Amino acid sequence: MSLLELKNINAFYGGIHALKNINIEVNKGEIVTLIGSNGAGKSTTLKSISGQLTPKSGQIIFDGKDITLQPPHITALNGVAHVPEGRRIFSKLSVKENLEMGAFSVSDKKIVKERMERSFHYFPKLKERLEQKGGTMSGGEQQMLAIARALMMQPQLLLLDEPSMGLAPVIVEQIFDIIKELNDEGMTILLVEQNAYQALQIANRGYVIQNGEIILEGPGMELIENDQIKDAYLA
Amino acid sequence: MIEHIISTLPQVLIDGLALGAVYAIIALGYTMVYGILELINFAHGEIFMTGAFIGTALFITLSGLGFLAVMPALLALLLVLIVTSILTGFLGVGIERVAYRPLRKAPKLITLISAIGVSFLLQDLVRFITELKKGNYILTGPSLFTEQISIKASSILSSFADAQIKSSTIILVVTAIVMMIGLDYFVNRTKWGMAMRAVAQDRDTASLMSINVNKVISLTFFLGSALGGATGVLFAVQYGTIDPYIGFILGLKAFTAAVLGGIGNIRGAMVGGLVLGLIEMFAAANLSVITSNVFTAEYKDVFAFIILIIVLIYKPEGIFGKAVAEKV
Repeated sequence: MSLLELKNINAFYGGIHALKNINIEVNKGEIVTLIGSNGAGKSTTLKSISGQLTPKSGQIIFDGKDITLQPPHITALNGVAHVPEGRRIFSKLSVKENLEMGAFSVSDKKIVKERMERSFHYFPKLKERLEQKGGTMSGGEQQMLAIARALMMQPQLLLLDEPSMGLAPVIVEQIFDIIKELNDEGMTILLVEQNAYQALQIANRGYVIQNGEIILEGPGMELIENDQIKDAYLA
Repeated sequence: MIEHIISTLPQVLIDGLALGAVYAIIALGYTMVYGILELINFAHGEIFMTGAFIGTALFITLSGLGFLAVMPALLALLLVLIVTSILTGFLGVGIERVAYRPLRKAPKLITLISAIGVSFLLQDLVRFITELKKGNYILTGPSLFTEQISIKASSILSSFADAQIKSSTIILVVTAIVMMIGLDYFVNRTKWGMAMRAVAQDRDTASLMSINVNKVISLTFFLGSALGGATGVLFAVQYGTIDPYIGFILGLKAFTAAVLGGIGNIRGAMVGGLVLGLIEMFAAANLSVITSNVFTAEYKDVFAFIILIIVLIYKPEGIFGKAVAEKV
């Protein structure tokens, strides 16, 4: 069953036609990855879904509901958690406060605490750093915090924008393990990556975007074997 | 010279504290809005002025109905403070909605001009209404809390002169402190305060956390304007006579205080206001003695702006601000 569906999305970024007739489908329980080079339109696609950018035309359906023109805070309330590019944690807020912001819509403090405990299960390091200011942590820790913050929303769909960006290979490995673990436990994930090989390995399906157009799609393992992709992204 | 400075010191401290408290709370309004929108809300001084007029009008009405004679004065003040701050709070929210929000994506300069426009509009509107009702735009409220208390500073140190403190000054300072502590608690300890800080840091990401950014911005304007309006009431009670132009210079000085403390920094604005008030009162008491009558007390206002210029040249991030590199 499809949880998210993008139908013929066209979006403009300034004067640039950034997304051209994009069609993407994400089914419940899947990891779908969107790969492509810098400036291909990956982040723009995620921003269109979460409502940070309003598409010019087309339709975005989430959980049976048209969310195309919805402001971001409503889409978040509907169950879409977007971990933005560059992590964007609140650097002057403590780790604890960052996590609490993720659960902003939850008024029951007990539930907030429970969710925080659950995120420590994935990211035990955060527990030792609760009072530390977000901005003083390393890149990898910030990425973990950004994902943990999104999980605090207990979303139905997790949008991850280049979680591996600027991180050491060991850390990237850890983060991808956690993404896989989250998915195994039932989380639906749309993963945007430049790191195509690693993303395709854990993904059920993948889309390749180039200059704002989807040029290829298929099961993750199939795309890894594709010569065109090997040349362009896996070299 | 030194003797004069020392002997007037107790009075300078008291008056400086009172004036500084006024600057500090107005500065909070500037700094909160700047922190969240990077906009200098020049209409904020006029919100303070409007608060002073609403408060005085309420006092005049209460006294006309005979309530002021039977009611404890403190209770009347509390009532007037609450009603005024709610009204000016919504005034601030309305100004943001009408004059700033439609321009949110416009260059900052456009919004600034809109703010200056709102500022003139409020001045003239208050002047028009006051003249219509009273035949004169200068308004004097009923005198309240006028008991003078003498502080025997000379018994502490023989070179001190005794100081006078009006009971309204005590009320002003105490109320100001309560408001500042309240705001500090709200911003640092509550969920909506945390949301305000999150929106101030990164509006786009805050919206991804299901925070309604427009609601947080409205809340910021409400709080800043409510505090500003309440300060207007306290100012009117303290100094007696008000006119529609009190908000202009006072607003500029409070803005200076906000810059002094590091614009966008809430605790900085509080300290900046107090420092500025103390310096200004010190200048008022001692300027003619120090410069052997070349400059008299009237030049005290120059001090605020000299400080503004010095801070902008040598420490533009303010006392408590951290220098931040422009994001690329």
